[in-house]
Amino acid sequence: MKTKQTETFDKVHYKTKNNEPVIEITNLRKSFNNQEVLKDVSLKLFDGENLVVLGKSGSGKSVLIKCIVRLLNPDGGTISVFDENVMALQRNELNELRKKIGFLFQSGALYDSMTVKQNLEFPLRRIRKDLSEKDIKEKIAEVLENVGLPDAQNKMPSQLSGGMRKRISLARTIVVDPLIMLYDEPTTGLDPATSDEISLLINDVQTKYKTSSIIITHDIACARANANRIVLLLDGAIYKEGSLETFEHSTDPEIKSFFR
Amino acid sequence: MRKFTSVIKVKGFAVHHSRRLSETTLEKTQIASIFFAEVARVFLFITVLVRESFSRDFELREFFRQCFQIGYKTLPLVSVTGAIMGLVLTIQSRPVLVDFGAVSWLPGMVSVSLIKEMGPVITALICAGKIGSGMGAELGSMKVTEQIEAMEVSSINPMRFLVVTRVAAATLMIPLLILYADALGILGSWAGANIKGSVSFVLFFSQAFSPVDFIDFLPAVLKSFFFGAVIGLVGCYKGYNAGRGTESVGVAANSAVVMASLLVIIIDLIAVQITDMLLL
Repeated sequence: MKTKQTETFDKVHYKTKNNEPVIEITNLRKSFNNQEVLKDVSLKLFDGENLVVLGKSGSGKSVLIKCIVRLLNPDGGTISVFDENVMALQRNELNELRKKIGFLFQSGALYDSMTVKQNLEFPLRRIRKDLSEKDIKEKIAEVLENVGLPDAQNKMPSQLSGGMRKRISLARTIVVDPLIMLYDEPTTGLDPATSDEISLLINDVQTKYKTSSIIITHDIACARANANRIVLLLDGAIYKEGSLETFEHSTDPEIKSFFR
Repeated sequence: MRKFTSVIKVKGFAVHHSRRLSETTLEKTQIASIFFAEVARVFLFITVLVRESFSRDFELREFFRQCFQIGYKTLPLVSVTGAIMGLVLTIQSRPVLVDFGAVSWLPGMVSVSLIKEMGPVITALICAGKIGSGMGAELGSMKVTEQIEAMEVSSINPMRFLVVTRVAAATLMIPLLILYADALGILGSWAGANIKGSVSFVLFFSQAFSPVDFIDFLPAVLKSFFFGAVIGLVGCYKGYNAGRGTESVGVAANSAVVMASLLVIIIDLIAVQITDMLLL
């Protein structure tokens, strides 16, 4: 039985073994109506690691990951994903890159007019055109099993609870086997028990699908459960970067306000 | 001293008015820039729509689903409206025609006005209310709940899946709904003619269609395609470009109805002018 500290050490060690960055962001800047949201943000996501980006509401966390998939266009700086400059990609090249990235939205963003099965089939049929009907069925059953909702196939999103919606949304994201996962506040609006379940699920996804992840959150329990490395974003700039231990033992009042 | 005071007054007056002038100019410039930015956005939207309409991966299944939503689900509303339109027109016109001894002209008059003008315009306005607002609200709520962004990050083109299919379905189904409303309007007119008088079904229909040529249908059908396209386009544009809050869903639905209805009337005016020029 591993202690929590040893597990954390293994996670950090895992990062150092694979020191190739899959995402590299340099001097990223973004403003909305003359208000600077991101100020020269630079960070790297290494192969196989879970990077937690902590920050208060409005600190620019969600803007950061939306810039990575170019849902928002940055004002300056560079974003490189798998050694490709995201800002220089043409529409079809960007689409090819996006197929390798899974994005879990804060709201879940399930398609209201479709059943759970149709929600999962929708990206799968369009991205994995090589799959047969049988493969599609099996894949959907597999991911639903993995998120712990094997019997939800015919339910409509309106029939699901908040936690179930997050799980189905995660299932829809992992059904296409992404290499990178971007989680936008995965536990926001959930009760503590369901938050813990989602946190465990994020860990399972990393293990089973060998993904590298950026997890945007202000939920410390989620950060503790998943972080290999933590970046604290304060007023649009990186304030501190380090391991979970560094943050836990920090005496800095800004950091302590999170790790109480 | 008095001279000095008057100089100060004149100076104050000049400063005040020049400030007001610059403020008004700035305000007008801002309004103009907002207007031109909106026009540019509309053109960009239409350009992307046209480009995506001719792409290889047309979402046929979604197109048929939208045809069902727009066509079949609007049928009861259009049926009632069409029948009442013919009935009311007949009941209102009959006394005047009786005074002139021209009751036999009633079926022809009703059918011409229904086919050429009332059927297309009223049905299009009904569709602008139901379909335009529906599209505005649906796409607006999809925008607010990040469903459109979810499509984008899944490498699925939301313009192709959501907008092209809806605009195409509206362009195809609304003319069919208009023809259907015309038919029910004439049936309603026959019912109206039988309330106060008595006329057989065969006689009524032969009189109704005797003044109508194929050429009368053509401009009406052609303009109804434009009505359909504009209702779909406006509904999708307003929904697709809705703001972030839940309030913007209502705004999108409402402005879709207002704008689509206004454009239907304007298109009708232009179509009537063109038809008038070509047929005279």
